[in-house]
Amino acid sequence: MPSEFFIPDPEGQVPSAEGYFGAFGGKFIPEALVAAVDEVAVEYDKAKADPAFAAELDDLLVNYTGRPSSLTEVPRFAEHAGGARVFLKREDLNHTGSHKINNVLGQALLTKRMGKTRVIAETGAGQHGVATATACALFGLECTIYMGEIDTQRQALNVARMRMLGAEVIAVKSGSRTLKDAINEAFRDWVANVDRTHYLFGTVAGPHPFPAMVRDFHRVIGVEARRQILDRAGRLPDAAVACVGGGSNAIGLFHAFIPDADVRLIGCEPAGHGVETGEHAATLTAGEPGILHGSRSYVLQDEEGQITEPYSISAGLDYPGIGPEHAYLKDSGRGEYRAVTDDAAMQALRLLSRTEGIIPAIESAHALAGALEVGKELGKDGLLVVNLSGRGDKDMDTAARYFGLYDGEGDAK
Amino acid sequence: MSSTMSGGGNIQLLSDTLAQTKAENRAALIAYLPAGFPTVDGGIAAATAVLESGADIVEIGLPHSDPVLDGPVIQTADDIALRGGLKIVDVLRTVREAHTATGKPVLVMTYWNPIDRYGVERFTAELAEAGGAGCILPDLPVQESAQWREHAEKHGLATVFVVAPSSKDERLAKITEAGSGFVYAASLMGVTGTRESVGAQAADLVRRTRATTDLPVCVGLGVSNARQAAEVAGFADGVIVGSAFVQRMLDAPDEAAGLAAVRALAGELADGVRRDS
Repeated sequence: MPSEFFIPDPEGQVPSAEGYFGAFGGKFIPEALVAAVDEVAVEYDKAKADPAFAAELDDLLVNYTGRPSSLTEVPRFAEHAGGARVFLKREDLNHTGSHKINNVLGQALLTKRMGKTRVIAETGAGQHGVATATACALFGLECTIYMGEIDTQRQALNVARMRMLGAEVIAVKSGSRTLKDAINEAFRDWVANVDRTHYLFGTVAGPHPFPAMVRDFHRVIGVEARRQILDRAGRLPDAAVACVGGGSNAIGLFHAFIPDADVRLIGCEPAGHGVETGEHAATLTAGEPGILHGSRSYVLQDEEGQITEPYSISAGLDYPGIGPEHAYLKDSGRGEYRAVTDDAAMQALRLLSRTEGIIPAIESAHALAGALEVGKELGKDGLLVVNLSGRGDKDMDTAARYFGLYDGEGDAK
Repeated sequence: MSSTMSGGGNIQLLSDTLAQTKAENRAALIAYLPAGFPTVDGGIAAATAVLESGADIVEIGLPHSDPVLDGPVIQTADDIALRGGLKIVDVLRTVREAHTATGKPVLVMTYWNPIDRYGVERFTAELAEAGGAGCILPDLPVQESAQWREHAEKHGLATVFVVAPSSKDERLAKITEAGSGFVYAASLMGVTGTRESVGAQAADLVRRTRATTDLPVCVGLGVSNARQAAEVAGFADGVIVGSAFVQRMLDAPDEAAGLAAVRALAGELADGVRRDS
């Protein structure tokens, strides 16, 4: 029986055998990691061809994660989006509260197949870390999560969740003390412990095969959404909208729609305090091609190739790189990328909470803010699918401070 | 002084130096120091000092914002250099002055993005013009290196690849065939930094690497003292020491004390590579 929820790209046109999506991708890694990364690629190819792998993953995605995730129409929210119809793909309803679990369960099964007993991962908002810690608890794997020190503070709830699940959480104090530095530290760990350790990379960046493999594990998002919107609205959407940090939830939503030329694919990058201020993480909007964390893509960097420190209110989007397939979609014109400020995202977060009773993650709120703009551009006949990639529980402290929700602070903004 | 060949860079000087140490029946001592640490001039003084005090070759680090293969010691030095405003032009000046002052081979070690961004042709031309002998690019694997090698060869620069204990034999052959100057054998699986002992894997890796090439095989990662240098010299063509030098400079109360400390360490290590372990 064909797998219903593990649905790798059937076309397989990109990446190339060397891991290139057009000019982007590749495998820029130290020699010490070449054997391990090759092993991941070989094992993933074997797993893809093995019906038992798909069956085991499908079972987990249904009975543990809760797939398929709902597609929820949000008419009261849509009144603020030019009257366009807006549907949310509810990845926030997955077990652990975000899309991240899709990829984590797939790679956790691969870890077992490779005979490795320890998993490391990076995390920004903590959603990938929580999902990884969850899978490690489920499969009895040792788990170490690297998280920038700034992120351990702004996402303290998720740090507690990871520790509750039995993971070791290491606060990374180097560099900008955010996601980029957590990845650096995870790579350092991997080089030293590669014999028994799998680096369960959390986004569609990194060296080949991670961008393609992580995409494949998330491809179910768009496959489900496409079927659901056809069923509910009777036609394909005018646009699929998602937030973009490293780009995993966005590629997951977009990928099944790529052959549908009339469906616009719109990624919303974090503009932070505004792209013009320099305090942002809008990599495709303001970056240049370069190499970071194992692949060639767009990168925020200076004229000498030093990576510049990104900024976003959202820990999960606060990253100066982007998955190579997004760079490819941008340059080919198939994908559109726009930047959304902290303020616009926070207003969208509150709007969805108050009109629909759904509190989104700050990351996903960037997609909602983008959808408000796109809806106004399209008008009443517009039809949008927006990826609600995660829920906002973890962000309540940031939101409470931003809006002044704690006792005695009043409603500031 | 500098033997200028057709391409301008000093790959021949590097090869001659390693041939000479072999003729002396000893291993070469190769030091690593980041440019711009503690200042640009201080880094030049330190590189010159280690070459004057017993190092045969020096690798100048071009610091990167995201040094994923470096441990905390070199990360700290890189951070100091970058916060001090170090630019690639300063790195090239460091190469030029260390080479001019000593006549010894000077390489650059860095990550791929700074060179990719700066421009491969521009960087190789300027490094050769500064008297550089070659480059070590640990995150540029052989299969991504064709463009780099074309320009390096054109300008007379060595391409030194890193091999690791995890490298399989058929891959070692592919790497050493593409490389030039020498082969950098990582003594263990890990990032830069001093270790109590040199990995037992190092000798085996050197043996497996030599089976694929006539290039000298030099061992780095973890070597910090004369005893370890002597041990490695027993089976390798060169001993590479980085973090131990940087640590001495970090520990020193001022720049003069730092220079004295790296001179002393270079002297001890130079004795080590001449000792029969």
